[in-house]
Order: sequence, then C-alpha cells, then structure tokens
Amino acid sequence: MNQVPDENGRFGKFGGRYVPETLMNALLELEEAYKHYSQDESFKQEVHDLLHKYSGRPTPLYYAERLSQHLGGAKIYLKREDLNHTGAHKINNTIGQAVLAKRMGKTKVIAETGAGQHGVASATVAALLGLECKVFMGEEDMKRQQLNVFRMQLLGAEVVPVLSGTRTLKDACNETLRYWVSHVDDTFYILGSATGPHPYPMMVRDFQRIIGDESRKQIVEAEERLPDYVVAAVGGGSNAIGIFYPFIGDESVRLVGVEAAGRGIDTEEHAATMTMGSHGVFQGSMSYLLQDKYGQVQPAHSISAGLDYPGIGPEHAYLKDSGRANYFPITDAEALDALQLLSRTEGIIPALESAHAIAQTIKLAPTLDKDKIVVVNLSGRGDKDVEAIMGYLGGA
Amino acid sequence: MNLIDAAFAKLKQEGKTALIPFLTIGDPDIPTSIAIIQELEQAGADMVELGVPYSDPLADGPVIQRASERALQNRISILDCIETAAQAREAGVKMPFILFTYFNPALQFGLEAFMNLVVEKGISGLIIPDLPIEEDEEVRQLAEAKGVHLIPLVAPTSKDRVVRISRKARGFVYCVSSLGVTGVRAEFHSGIDDFLATVREATELPIAVGFGISSREQVERFEKTSDGVIVGSAIVRKIEETLPLLNDAAQREAGLAQIRSFVAGLKG
Repeated sequence: MNQVPDENGRFGKFGGRYVPETLMNALLELEEAYKHYSQDESFKQEVHDLLHKYSGRPTPLYYAERLSQHLGGAKIYLKREDLNHTGAHKINNTIGQAVLAKRMGKTKVIAETGAGQHGVASATVAALLGLECKVFMGEEDMKRQQLNVFRMQLLGAEVVPVLSGTRTLKDACNETLRYWVSHVDDTFYILGSATGPHPYPMMVRDFQRIIGDESRKQIVEAEERLPDYVVAAVGGGSNAIGIFYPFIGDESVRLVGVEAAGRGIDTEEHAATMTMGSHGVFQGSMSYLLQDKYGQVQPAHSISAGLDYPGIGPEHAYLKDSGRANYFPITDAEALDALQLLSRTEGIIPALESAHAIAQTIKLAPTLDKDKIVVVNLSGRGDKDVEAIMGYLGGA
Repeated sequence: MNLIDAAFAKLKQEGKTALIPFLTIGDPDIPTSIAIIQELEQAGADMVELGVPYSDPLADGPVIQRASERALQNRISILDCIETAAQAREAGVKMPFILFTYFNPALQFGLEAFMNLVVEKGISGLIIPDLPIEEDEEVRQLAEAKGVHLIPLVAPTSKDRVVRISRKARGFVYCVSSLGVTGVRAEFHSGIDDFLATVREATELPIAVGFGISSREQVERFEKTSDGVIVGSAIVRKIEETLPLLNDAAQREAGLAQIRSFVAGLKG
C-alpha cells in the first residue's frame, strides 16, 4: 500500500480538511509544526521519556492462558494499555500533543471528552506541563460521569458543559472546534481520537502507534513469530489504528476492528458506523458515518461511552474499503458478558470499550487452531465503568 | 447573466451597498419562511441566503444552531430548502437566492443532481462553509458549468490564502469579520479594515462582510468599505423572538411586520 495520508491528508478518498476557512490557517500551522517536531530528536526524546518514566511504558503483552484454555482455541495475548497512567491508551496521544503544544509556544490547551477518559488524560498532561486546560463535555455525559468531571477538576482543568445538539461526545467535538476558531492564537486543540481534519488522524495515529510497535516486538520475543490476528475496539479508532498500523505491511496478520452494536444493528440504537453507515463528511473529514438519507448525522448508542460516536477515523474507512481490515459489531450484552468472563478468568476488569474487543475474540478464538495467535488491545481498565456495570448487572 | 452579478452591477451604478440577510429555512415552517423572504425583500434586502438546517453546524453559533434544531424537528431537508427558492419566486420574490449549506447534505444528495436542482429551482449562488479551496474542486467545476456562483469565505487569518481564494471566487467574496462562529458581537477583529483592503486588492469581484453584524450602526460602518453586508444571527434571533406571534394565526401578520421593520431598520 502507498504511504497514507498524502499531502492533502487523504487516505484514498477518505480524510481531508472539511472545515471553515477560519480554521484552515490553524490546521496548516499545526501540520507544519508537527512535520518539523516529528523529525526533531529532542522532541522525540521528551515524548519518549514521558511515556516511559511518567506513564509506565512499555506496557506488557500478557499471555491470557486461562482465557485461552477456557475458549479452547487460539493463544490469546492481551496488550495491557489498561496499565498506563490514567488507565487507558489515551495518554499516549495527550503526551505527544501536549509536548507539541508547548514547543509551539501555546499556553492553553482544550479538549473534547465523552466518558471523560480523554478529558482526564488531557487534564493530566496539562497539569504536568503547566498548561491551562479547558475540557468540553456534553451536559448529558457530565451527569453520567460525575466522577470523571471531578477528577478533571482535581487536576486543575475547567470542565465546560456543552448544551448543543445531543449534549454528548459529537457535540462536545463541535463545541471544542468552535471555541478553537476564536482562540487559535494561544490555544492548542488536543483531539482525542484518530478523527477530525488533517493532520489529526495522522498525528494521533503516529502518537498511538507505539502500542503496535511494542506489541510487534513483544510477540516476536514471546513466540518468535507475528500474530495471526490483531483485534481492537473502534469508536473514533485511536487505539485500533495505534495497534494496527505497524502490522499493515504484514499481510499474514489479519486486522479486526470491533464496533459497538448497542442494542443491536437491527435497532436504531447502535454505533455500528462501519456495518450500518455510509460514506460522508463529518467533523472535518470524509469517512464512514451514521446518517439519514439527507445527510443529517444520526445519534449513536452504546453502553460504552468511548464507542458512542456516529463517525470513525478516515484511515479505518480506508482499511475497510481496501479490504486490509475487517470490522464486526458487538452488542452491549455481548460486551457485558465478555467483561465478566475476562474478570473471572484472568482477574482483569476491562473498560467497556475494550470488552467489545474481548467479545469478538470470544467468538473468534474457538474457531482457530491452538497454534494460532490472537493479540487483543486491552485499551483501558474498567474502574471507570464499575458503577455503571453494577447498574446493568443489578448489583453483586 | 447570473442574478447576483446583475444585482451588484445595479447597486454599483446607484452607489449602494447590498443588504444580504440570512434565514434558516423551515424555522418555524416552510410557508412562514417564504412569507419572511417576501418581507425581507420589501424591507430592502438585495439578495438572501437560504440556510439549510444541519445537525452539526460547525461554523455557527448558538442562535443559528437553535434555528437548525427547530427546523430539523420539522424534518426539513436540503430538498425542501431548494424547493423553497422556487416557491418564493412563484410568490413574487425578485431578488437572487443564495443557498447556504454544509457539505454533507449536498454530498448525500449527489453533487450532480444537487447542482441540477439548484439551477432548476432558480438559485444563483452557493455558500458551503466547510468546503475550503483544498476540497472544493468537484463542486466548483459543476457550479461553473451551470453558471451557479460558488461564493468562498475568507477570514482575517487567511493571510496569503486570500489571493488564491479570491482568484477562484464567483459572485462575491464573503469576508468573515471576526474570528469565531456566526453570532451577534459588539467588536470585530482589530485588523478588519486592513483585512478588507487586502481582499479588495486581491479581487475585481464585490466583497461582502458577515459574521456578527446586528445593528444599523454596524451595517453603516461596513457600507463604506464593502459592497455588501450580511446579517444572519441577528435576523434569526429576531425570528426566534417572534415565534410566538408567527405560530399564532391571529398574530402572524404582526410578527412578520416586526421582522420587516427590524430589517428595514438595518437598511437605514
């Protein structure tokens, strides 16, 4: 495959920069700065040091022996992104972007958040690097995730309630972009997923590819070969593109994305952008999108706030249409079952997002021979979801 | 001749500046939108922007967002908005129509079918706020082939892009008065006059100023330096305030009269 994205931020027909002219200069400035610093040794060293000494990288690649035996098929390895500082892969990206913000001379950062994970990761690095931080969060999500709101405030960030539209993640993204338009001089937008206008999908991928780079090295050390499958959950798609990217050139490695089917793809309450969506332009890029026939964006639903998003990053659309990756839907109920199974067989409570990847693995592994290897990105830990899960499962 | 060009040519002869109001189509319903368009013309509007409601209006502030939400509750589609132009023309409106739509509704319609319908229903210009020059090639070629003007936005931050954008412009160049989203504001970008002078230098086309203009004083301020003044949120807000009247058959005329008098006041 050719190197993507091209100079216009295109992954094939996907990606691009569909934003108001008022933002173009800021995006071009960001692209310029990123191009420069991504080649700068001292920048790379600073990011590397923070990932290692502050966030605790490298994260382990753990052989889930009991889960593998229970399923009776392939060997399952878990990439333990849940062991990162703040509990998920999100910090890989916020460290990179915040260091870039500082190099660019910006004193303030803004971020959008759904469940609050990216907001917490942004507030964390802002505190660490002495940047002023505002996090935009839908009013509905603030009610559902009060603990994360308080966590961000403890870290010194201001949480700005978003009252427009559906008052959830997609509207928080809109509001952050709107705020950025009027504060581009001193403010850096730390975008949390591999979505949005160029250069964000490329930049977020580059900051997250450390997941795949480490996994590749670790699996070769453990098994002396590459895995047969790499499985990851996709909302916007940052943890998935992070682990997929270093394997894209390895044709023997199948890439499996897992999206949220909510209450089922035969209902209207799902976030199965790839399975049920179509090509469209949303929040700055061309990709797959849940929309009606007149191009209005449809609200998504998932038990997992991190997957509850009607769009998906453009590079995933490219991988899907080129056939390099396949995407499967997993329902709320399947994810909850998977979460419990992993908790009981391995003593690991995964985030609801990551539980979708586990659920697909539960379907996949028993169909494979025992000598096959599946690497699953365990993108986050479930601590944040415990209260919600208690609600769903009706207590102990 | 494109109606927009004709309108600006006439205004230039008369030494006048165009007043270009915006409204969100279908807020509160299509018949009322048509009645408002008629009032706008009687109040002195020289052309009108017909806003297509969208679920994710990135360039718009809270006033137009709310109008979009109201229109979408009525399930107003881009097709309804284009049809509205033809209905308003039939009702006797003479001024040029400019369709203001985000890109995705046009894309899902099918760009070629969209452009054919735009022409068929008598729309003279298009403003697509999330389609910068880097992405507009296909739409621009289709528009050009049909004689529809694709009107670009330039911003105070566009800097050396101003020349490239203006070169591709048709109809007029839409100058964004201040950084941020649409909406009423007290102050404009500090370098606004220099910015307008830069755009003037870069193009032979008329230039119009928009974003945040809400009063006669502000309209007057820009009449000196530009060929057109666009008023959006202030009118949409006026419509919002008037909704209780517009939605009551007995008071509808009074509501329409309030909107007309507000717009006539902008014209001076």
